Amino acid sequence: MFDVVIIGAGIVGCSAAYYLSQYDIRVCVLEAANDVSMGTTKANSAIVHAGYDPETGTLMAKHNVIGAALTKELCRKLDVPYKECGAMVIGFDETDLNTIQKLYDRGIRNGVEQLQILNREETLKLEPQLSRDVRGCLLIPTSAIIAPWELAMALMETAVRNGVQLKLNNRVEAISKKDGVFTVRTNADEYQAKYIINAAGVHSDKVHELIGEKEFTITTVKGEYYLLDKSESSRCQRTIFQCPSAVGKGVLVSPTVHGNLIVGPNAVDSDNVDTTYEGLQFVKKRAQRSIPFIAFGENIRNFAGLRAKNDRGDFIVEESRSVPDFFNIAGIMSPGLTSAPSLGLAAVDWLKGKQELVKKDSYCESRKKIRFNELSDEEKNELIKKDPRYGRIICRCMTVTEGEIVDAIHGVIPAVSIDGVKRRCTAGMGRCQGGFCGGKVAEILVRERGISPLEVLQDQEGTNILVKELKVK
Amino acid sequence: MFDVIIIGGGPAGLAAARKCCEEGLEKILIIERDSQLGGILNQCIHTGFGVGIFHEELSGPEFAHKYIEMLKGTRVEVMLDTMVLEINKDKEVTIINHDGYQKLQTKAIILAMGCRERSRGAIATPGSRGAGVYTAGAAQRYINIDGYMVGKRVVILGSGDIGLIMARRMTLEGAKVLACVEINPYSGGLPRNIVQCLNDFDIPLYLSHTITKIEGENRVEKVTISKVDERFTPIPGTEIEFDCDTVLLSIGLVPENELSKVAGIQLDKRTKGPIVYENMETSIPGIFACGNVVHVHDLADNVAMEAERAAQGVSDYLKGCEREAEISLSTTSEIGYTVPQHIHLPLDKDRYDIFFRVRKVFGPAYILVKDQEGNQIARFSRQYIIPGTMEKITLPKVLLQKGKGNLTVSIEEK
Repeated sequence: MFDVVIIGAGIVGCSAAYYLSQYDIRVCVLEAANDVSMGTTKANSAIVHAGYDPETGTLMAKHNVIGAALTKELCRKLDVPYKECGAMVIGFDETDLNTIQKLYDRGIRNGVEQLQILNREETLKLEPQLSRDVRGCLLIPTSAIIAPWELAMALMETAVRNGVQLKLNNRVEAISKKDGVFTVRTNADEYQAKYIINAAGVHSDKVHELIGEKEFTITTVKGEYYLLDKSESSRCQRTIFQCPSAVGKGVLVSPTVHGNLIVGPNAVDSDNVDTTYEGLQFVKKRAQRSIPFIAFGENIRNFAGLRAKNDRGDFIVEESRSVPDFFNIAGIMSPGLTSAPSLGLAAVDWLKGKQELVKKDSYCESRKKIRFNELSDEEKNELIKKDPRYGRIICRCMTVTEGEIVDAIHGVIPAVSIDGVKRRCTAGMGRCQGGFCGGKVAEILVRERGISPLEVLQDQEGTNILVKELKVK
Repeated sequence: MFDVIIIGGGPAGLAAARKCCEEGLEKILIIERDSQLGGILNQCIHTGFGVGIFHEELSGPEFAHKYIEMLKGTRVEVMLDTMVLEINKDKEVTIINHDGYQKLQTKAIILAMGCRERSRGAIATPGSRGAGVYTAGAAQRYINIDGYMVGKRVVILGSGDIGLIMARRMTLEGAKVLACVEINPYSGGLPRNIVQCLNDFDIPLYLSHTITKIEGENRVEKVTISKVDERFTPIPGTEIEFDCDTVLLSIGLVPENELSKVAGIQLDKRTKGPIVYENMETSIPGIFACGNVVHVHDLADNVAMEAERAAQGVSDYLKGCEREAEISLSTTSEIGYTVPQHIHLPLDKDRYDIFFRVRKVFGPAYILVKDQEGNQIARFSRQYIIPGTMEKITLPKVLLQKGKGNLTVSIEEK
């Protein structure tokens, strides 16, 4: 019997778990996939928005501004890559310049600091590779970039170390309630809890309707991206937005914390994450409007993610109207990543209204990771002396050692797939996209997990990379 | 202090080491990141290696083995499982292995890091991203080294040599190869591989086609290909669907020059490898390069011969040969590049080999070499010239002496 079951281990579920793990209650997180951050969290623009965009007074505006500050603090505490690189919203005509003025005013109202409107010359001076057609920009110095899946991982790892139980491969299939106790049935097991927090992302309406009435509808909007090689990272220092329009924030070009250049997204109604020829062409053309000379031949990966759009037009952060003790955090579209920590805290606040929450006598709220490539020469030598596996480079593009891969496989939330290793230590994230190291990572997974090569997964369940053994060794 | 450090223990590094040894260099070191020498040769279990160098048809591992045997008992030292993290113009080589992180000093360096395969991102192939999409080389490793099949029904994108070789390999292991799909109107592979790997197994080659959609949530289930126009844009209405579980990518190789870039070595945008002189010296004196790190070769034998030129270059460099001015080679647009890009003056060799690849298929044609004033100094006749084969011309010193200033290589159809 748990006090709280959280459904979904995306960035929102992970945030809720992290903050709840500081209290003396029993918390369980149910996740359908075989790893955390497998939905929208791993496939988005990876921007910590400053908060000038959402309409003042909305939940989006509130959680965005608070969330941005919390994210910064969490990344520092939990050793998650975070870079305050700043952002620009650029304009090409009078309409855009009016929009920029509106965004500035709104940003001030929302409490965003250091905003500035720049003219053409000032804009081009800061970002010389921008199109000559640019007329001016809104400069947002506090905008930042992060690795979203790493933040989710860090939050959940810390939560697990504080006693939260994470149940992966548990897809919620039925929810019932009797005598004030929920029973949540998954494909694997049954769980009982007094409270449920629904953080099921694009599935949150369906999950709610397993027990409640229809109160909101989630539709999914696909966004497609390019991720370019480090050789293209110098195209811009900041995240470059175009003026938002009715269809979304538009196509951005941004550095990433891993030193790549990200370009995207478009916005297409779709329920799958397949990239399309048309979609990618659209993104490319739009991005070239901002920075004309991006070398798309240096692209290393395309991906797509789904935004969970709801029919109310604002985040849904409230107790279910039809099911008491069931808290929905739903329809978390952009700026959802930025808002996540604040949404996690909102769940804590809600629970405080239900029962007394007492902080644990001791809990950890920090985390430290070994990132070999970032160590000094002396530190590297010391580490290799302790464990020679840190002296064996497996991923040559990102300089990731065998030691780090083994750490990922035996971590608090063990990596069970090649992409799981990638999300934890960046092996395979570079220009060859695992062409060289994929097989070696597979070998290490086989050895460390004691599995057959035929069981090695690329990512989620069912993505086995090998189909048949050829010979008996 | 080493005389020469060779970075990479594949065909280029091995052949360079052997030649350095023959030239009498004392302190020779090969640094290899894998746990054995041979590089990609080890997974190339097909034959076709060695005809140029050893005058017999060998498999990749046999070709590597010949060199490894020749190096046994010589002065050549080998560091395995060792990665070079950085080199610089002062010829300091920073390495890492299980013993730690250290800097080695050498008089000369030979870059022999080879190349990597272009991945799906490079051509932005749309669709789902489950399992079942592999570069041909990665699949080759799983099958030939690890002994595991990667799929049963296969579509191959690109007609580079590794893709062609893998079409045959997968077929021999019981897979059905449904199609080989090439975006260009010609194949990028060797003619012998088209014949022996596709035609002999009735595998259709779709020229001017590309994959426009990959479907399947967890693993590839279906692939759609489309015909493309001359600007490589897919033509609607030309779609063909294949039910398959695997896509192999053979869409080109890229020289691995991350170390070269950091060292400040000038690279050629066309080859993506270092700009080199006839002795395979890069823009930094004392740093030489050979093999696929310079430009992508068609045959390992050609790699080995280039490596020997680099080793000879190192030997001459250590003896203190003075070089000053140079002749530069340029090309017209139908030729992709030349290697070397420059020739040192004074001309101290009897003959100069120039390598290049063309950008389209030519029937009977002449390769012309003209000097700065437009005077033709040499003409070579060919029955055909194709992109899949590396072309070579040899310029005798006497002809080079006739030319004034820089040279241009061009092609004229007969």
